Amino acid sequence: MTQPVLDIRNLKVDFMTRRGVAHVLDDVSFTVAPGELLAIVGESGCGKSMTALSVLGLVPTPPGKVVGGSILFQGRDLAQLRRSDMRKIRGGDIAMIFQEPMTSLNPVFTCGEQIAEAVRLHQNVSPGAAHARAVEMLRAVGIPEPELRANAYPHQLSGGMRQRVMIAMALSCQPRLLIADEPTTALDVTVQAQIFSLLDELRHKTGTAIVLITHDMGAVAEMADKVAVMYAGRIIEQGPADAVLDSPGHPYTRGLLASIPRVYADPDADLPEIPGIVPALTDLGRGCAFEPRCPLAINACHAAQPRHVAMSANHSAACIRLKTGEVLA
Amino acid sequence: MTAVTKTSVPAARGPMVEAWGIFRRSPSAMLGLALLAVVILMTFAGPFLYGVDPFEIVWAPLTPPGQEAAIPLGTDNLGRDILAGLIEGGSATLAVGFAAALITMLIGVMVGAYAGFYGGVVDDVLMRFTEFFQVLPPLLFAMVVVTLFQPTLVNVALAIGIVSWPQTARLTRSEFRRIRTLEYVSAMRAIGAGDSNIIWRVILPNALPPLIVSATLTIGMAILFEAGLSFLGLSDPNVMSWGLMIGSGREYLLDAWWVVTLPGAMIFLTVLGVSLVGDGLNDAFNPRLRER
Repeated sequence: MTQPVLDIRNLKVDFMTRRGVAHVLDDVSFTVAPGELLAIVGESGCGKSMTALSVLGLVPTPPGKVVGGSILFQGRDLAQLRRSDMRKIRGGDIAMIFQEPMTSLNPVFTCGEQIAEAVRLHQNVSPGAAHARAVEMLRAVGIPEPELRANAYPHQLSGGMRQRVMIAMALSCQPRLLIADEPTTALDVTVQAQIFSLLDELRHKTGTAIVLITHDMGAVAEMADKVAVMYAGRIIEQGPADAVLDSPGHPYTRGLLASIPRVYADPDADLPEIPGIVPALTDLGRGCAFEPRCPLAINACHAAQPRHVAMSANHSAACIRLKTGEVLA
Repeated sequence: MTAVTKTSVPAARGPMVEAWGIFRRSPSAMLGLALLAVVILMTFAGPFLYGVDPFEIVWAPLTPPGQEAAIPLGTDNLGRDILAGLIEGGSATLAVGFAAALITMLIGVMVGAYAGFYGGVVDDVLMRFTEFFQVLPPLLFAMVVVTLFQPTLVNVALAIGIVSWPQTARLTRSEFRRIRTLEYVSAMRAIGAGDSNIIWRVILPNALPPLIVSATLTIGMAILFEAGLSFLGLSDPNVMSWGLMIGSGREYLLDAWWVVTLPGAMIFLTVLGVSLVGDGLNDAFNPRLRER
């Protein structure tokens, strides 16, 4: 087995808030191999984006702080790196695409200038060479007439185009790992599909590993190799995409999958939903965070944080109602 | 934007080019620009066309304008040519105005940028420092500086700069605080940009529009300030300036209106020009007034 690009072990991130300490990430562990696509899914506020920011060392401090665990990137622990070394990794070895292509580009510079700037931050090349690289990247992400678009300002491009520019910028230094934080949330459905297939294509071409943070279960089913489901700062289920989608173990994962609209479903039936809301991270009890909303909750769920139970090879879920090797009916 | 064929990209227009397009269509802004152009042209080309020494006594004192063909705007209380004074005095007044605005911007932007960007302790220290300067009564402080040291043009410009930078610092700080939380700043950080790169190459260009407007208005204010100091007899007596002319002629205001009024009118036109340009820039940079 090849060495993973990213190996996160027992990562803990706390936020100091007025109402006490919030364990924003608690005991998060996962690995991503080269060329692999890991999808992180879960509701808003469950820690998906914070996981991404931790990897890049961009957790806002204060109030946030990485309090435990390690983030091994190609064998080096990012949590221990000095600021200047971290800066070389950001954008160079690990790149990130943000949610909002409309606001993620600097409005006063042209797209070409911004990509060239990203290149020059990491490679000692002439302005001319950086510009040539920018045009080349714009072509690689499927922007027509890249020579002309390189001179366009962000407001002259559509949302989908801008997200392509962001991807071009992120990939301009050939990162080993790309973190895409809900890259299609702000885009039209047709454009979403285009962006996803672009990411998939680039991954196979360049061997870049991708961590995809998303709500889009369709995209997960189509592209992801592995899935991690997060709830209230913890990974509550993870495994190969097929296994998690076909035989979800955790009641929360099942709730998520059941609440996806389906074409062949009875059009008059109500769409199933998970009752309740995500609990505040400041007042989590000792037990399972999902217990108040869980249809299968029993008294024992209050007692302690459930451990991960192996369901099959590499597939595990954190629920005490599960027994090893078993899938709940 | 004009209609373009489907496959081609509209010609790239930078934000500055776009602002100029709006500025150009405002009559008052263009009037201000014309006023400034005339004043600047007069002070720079004037000495070559009208080569009279403004300190030389050329005719009887307090000769009214129009009486002598050779001295179109009359003479002052010492018999010196007023027109020569207006031409020569313009460069000193403008130089002090621009220099003071430059000093204001340099200190103000520097302090405001670091305070706004870093926040926390840095912000607290820099802002207390700024407030210390802000509570100084501007005219009094400038007078003290000028009387303690030599009243040279450099010192006058420095004094004006020192009393007016806090405003710029506060404006810069608030812009930086707003912009540093925007997504493209986080995106630049994620791509590996360092603090100074983000401050000067990412945030500052986006904070420029209000700063340019403020710099323009500071020029006008500095010119008025210089005139005020000169009026009180606190400017360089060896360099002709409009303020100096007003200052030395103020005792004759009732007998000879032109000695004070003419340089006063020049100051008025210059400051009016600067203010109109400032207003025009403000409109040009205001996104709500942009059609599109």
